[in-house]
Amino acid sequence: MAVELELAQDRITAYLSGEIDHHIAAQLRQDIDQPVMAAPPALLVLDFGGVTFMDSSGIGLIMGRYKLMQESGGRLLVQNVPPALRKVMKVSGLDKLGVMEKMEDSGR
Amino acid sequence: MKSINNMRLQFISRSANEGFARTAVSAFIACLDPTIEELADIKTAVSEAVTNCIVHAYAEEMGQVYLSADIFPGGRVVIKIRDRGCGIPDVEKAMEPLFTTGGEERAGLGFAVMQSLMDKVRVRSQPGKGTTVTLERRISSKGNADA
Repeated sequence: MAVELELAQDRITAYLSGEIDHHIAAQLRQDIDQPVMAAPPALLVLDFGGVTFMDSSGIGLIMGRYKLMQESGGRLLVQNVPPALRKVMKVSGLDKLGVMEKMEDSGR
Repeated sequence: MKSINNMRLQFISRSANEGFARTAVSAFIACLDPTIEELADIKTAVSEAVTNCIVHAYAEEMGQVYLSADIFPGGRVVIKIRDRGCGIPDVEKAMEPLFTTGGEERAGLGFAVMQSLMDKVRVRSQPGKGTTVTLERRISSKGNADA
């Protein structure tokens, strides 16, 4: 599991890869929050394109970052969610937060 | 009904073993030729149950987690995850979506995820004694082989 950060003007993109579970979530949180808190961007993007497994720890990770961005007045976007992860995302009701990038359109 | 295949695992409640447990179960049921989706569902449910042992049952100490998996005729898979930890005072409450005692970064969706991915989820718990979570799922098996 790894995260690659891309820092652009007013936007931080976190490219997540591998497996997201409770074991790895604390490290991910730290890696993402550090630059976000140092200079809060207008947009934080979590890119799940490289994620091969996720349990509800991943939901906790998204919800935590959602709150963080709300506090700083920015926005969160979750993008490139592989089909295999959509079931878990759906149970969470995350789609109602308006952070998911057109999940319905990209086929199920 | 007697199971046609069985395995047992015991491991310490270190979070690194969350990955070990779900991978071991997935390797065990591979003989049923599950679809990628069935495999992902079972791995996710196992990961939730084992994480509960680590985060909640043994919150204050390390303890042993006991996992067994049985394959029954017709592709029925039964997985039990047991701990001797603190137990759950109110199982019904614990199973409510978004309820958590695990702090801000826990979504409180562990049981909701298990229930949505498995055919059956049973939870037996005694405060101070421990918890057993039983997960059941039928694998459609392309060849419907009895392994």
